[in-house]
Amino acid sequence: MKKLMKGNFAIAEAAIQAGCRGFFGYPITPQNELIEYMSVEMPKQDGGVFIQAESEVAAINMVFGASGAGARVMTSSSGPGLSLKQEGISFLAGAELPALIVNIMRAGPGLGGIQPAQADYFQATKGGGHGDYSLLVYAPASVQEAADLTQKAFDRADYYRMPTMILADAVIGQMMEPCEVKSMDTRSDFDKVWAVTGTKAEPGSKKEKRSIVKSLFLNPDELNDHNKKLQRKYQAVAKNEVMFEADSCEDADIVLVAYGTSARICKSAAKITRELGYKVGVFRPITVSPYPYSQLKEAASGCKEVIVVEMSAGQMLLDVKVAMEGSKPISFVGEMGGIMPSPSQVVEAIKKAGRE
Amino acid sequence: MAKNFTKTEMLADTATHYCPGCTHGIIHRLVAEVLEELGVMDRSIAVASVGCSVLSYDYFNCDGIESAHGRAPAVATGVKRMHPDKVVFTYQGDGDLASIGMAETVHVAARNENITIIFVNNAIYGMTGGQMAPTSLPGMVTTTTQDGKISMNESGPIKVSEMLSQIDGPAHISRVSVHDIKHMIKAKNAIKEAFKCQIEGRGFSMVEVLSTCPINWNKTAEESLHWLKDNMIPTFPLGAFKGGAK
Amino acid sequence: MEFKMVIAGFGGQGVLIAGQLIAETGLNKGKNVSWMPAYGPEMRGGAANCSVIVSDEEIGAPVVESPDVLVAMNQPSLDTFGKNVPAGGCIIYNSDLIKNAPTRDDVTLVAVSCNGIANSVESPKAVNMPILGAVLEMTKLYTMDDMKQTMEQKFGAKRAHLIESNLKAMELGRQAAIA
Repeated sequence: MKKLMKGNFAIAEAAIQAGCRGFFGYPITPQNELIEYMSVEMPKQDGGVFIQAESEVAAINMVFGASGAGARVMTSSSGPGLSLKQEGISFLAGAELPALIVNIMRAGPGLGGIQPAQADYFQATKGGGHGDYSLLVYAPASVQEAADLTQKAFDRADYYRMPTMILADAVIGQMMEPCEVKSMDTRSDFDKVWAVTGTKAEPGSKKEKRSIVKSLFLNPDELNDHNKKLQRKYQAVAKNEVMFEADSCEDADIVLVAYGTSARICKSAAKITRELGYKVGVFRPITVSPYPYSQLKEAASGCKEVIVVEMSAGQMLLDVKVAMEGSKPISFVGEMGGIMPSPSQVVEAIKKAGRE
Repeated sequence: MAKNFTKTEMLADTATHYCPGCTHGIIHRLVAEVLEELGVMDRSIAVASVGCSVLSYDYFNCDGIESAHGRAPAVATGVKRMHPDKVVFTYQGDGDLASIGMAETVHVAARNENITIIFVNNAIYGMTGGQMAPTSLPGMVTTTTQDGKISMNESGPIKVSEMLSQIDGPAHISRVSVHDIKHMIKAKNAIKEAFKCQIEGRGFSMVEVLSTCPINWNKTAEESLHWLKDNMIPTFPLGAFKGGAK
Repeated sequence: MEFKMVIAGFGGQGVLIAGQLIAETGLNKGKNVSWMPAYGPEMRGGAANCSVIVSDEEIGAPVVESPDVLVAMNQPSLDTFGKNVPAGGCIIYNSDLIKNAPTRDDVTLVAVSCNGIANSVESPKAVNMPILGAVLEMTKLYTMDDMKQTMEQKFGAKRAHLIESNLKAMELGRQAAIA
């Protein structure tokens, strides 16, 4: 049954239902409800661990340790906290450790503000930390989708042995919507023989030798091979894990491209303008890393103009340009600092494109 | 011929990368022998740090996990909370523990995490080539204080054991040295007591081991042992600050 | 059907809870709903507001630009949000705290003595209940029974004793809107 739930609570409850048994966090607005919920609910779970760490840096490294020990674990934060976690995220990627990282995005740069933004797109999708690595990044556009993608993100993290991310603007974290948090089979099939558990094998485990969890390869040939292995993994992710939603793009003259709350603003604008006779489609990437490049190009192949809408200076805009390969004119509507583009701004952009 | 010495199985059959005359090897052996004698080899998990001991998981013959520079106590916390029945220890140098990782160090003690820290203090950054550390002594020449002015420690080097012993919770905090046989035996006893605290669930334990760095101190191995005794011990007095050996 | 409203006031007036009750009742009735609060330091005694949407269709932007109904619980809220109500819309305002009453003639204006009604049912904190009654009367969105059911769900055993006085305040607010 659906309950009216705040996005931050829904993500936390979905994580618990997905078998997450370790949460390591640090307070920061606008994700505080998530850490508060975990502080109450996680200790009630069998073996559940909640720690309010001394810093975001410590929190991500506790995630590293607990994931290395074989547990399904997560952390959550917002902008400045995510910046502090980047080194740890690079280590997770390098050591091939699964973990979920949640970013409830606020406005930057610096301390910025606490209102909703989408300005951490580059950080999430283009590396963020040092070295050649990618994350699998999901961008939910509703409370229900935030819960569902949280569970999927845990599953995919274990499957690929890599960190995954929920990249949600603060609207998704703060708003309430009907949501049903499903329970997952938490006894996953992932036999984590690589985890540090002591050399004495647990009954039923296939573990044969001592485990060393590391990202350090001092021999350049070994490190080159390790990187090639990581890249093959990311290629498999790009091939198999892309998610998107294309709404009425087939006969559209104008295709709006946006993710998260911006996509919902676009849907409102599309509805208004369709009633005025404009042919408008909305393309919404659900994974922003890997990005649905070919799917976007295909969906927008028949249109006259593409309009990108973001709560940023235009970060995803670059991926849209890569996807479209110069085939269509692209314009941009964006606001920063915690201001959301309004549906009427997008309506104006659609009318302007329609006149041209 | 009678067999007089058997290497503990807790040390892997591999050469270490430590420089000649460095006392890391001795400290590794003391830790390994203690874990074997306590019968916990197959349930021990080593948390390596960044610095000279970055490859310690290659030498301790148990499960091992690396950590980012300074974050070994946080990584160890994550491991231990998921496996409370395992023996989890970090092996960290002074740059890692007392400079970049000081926050993690203080808070792992404040949480009274049931882990053991082996803190190797040689008053200098070894791996990166002899730069100033937060434990460098006044007047000490390092590659970043070539005139002997220790800008980091104008009020004196950080005495980590004394500092952490101000926190109420921890079960065992002591400082030992390995500059001669007598002190090595005392060091081993302290390390054993520290691990016993963890195994018996008494809480956080740390042993600070004064160690040498002949290469970066620009001294011979033997001179280094004397220098440790004559210069480090007066600044870093030995003894148990919390929960002495029984 | 798509109904959009903004409820604004200051912290302690229960504007966020009032919005949640509207959203939750919509959910009970099988509608799509969203509730989006303003959050952060301003919620501590300063300004508080939320956007609520109840719709038969998928909800787009959850922040309401131009509300069908604005509930203004104090003067700053009316001054900030009053101009966003489009012609034909409705402004319900707390006449006890709003000295400069709205003067627009292109919207329906409903004055409700929220503090007066709350005091009359001896539940002075329930200033958010009369406006809910007025919203029901002006929009016919739900019945009083619908609201009662939601309150019974939402208020645990600890606060169950408040339901009766809340409903009384709500009914008085509804009657004020008729007049």
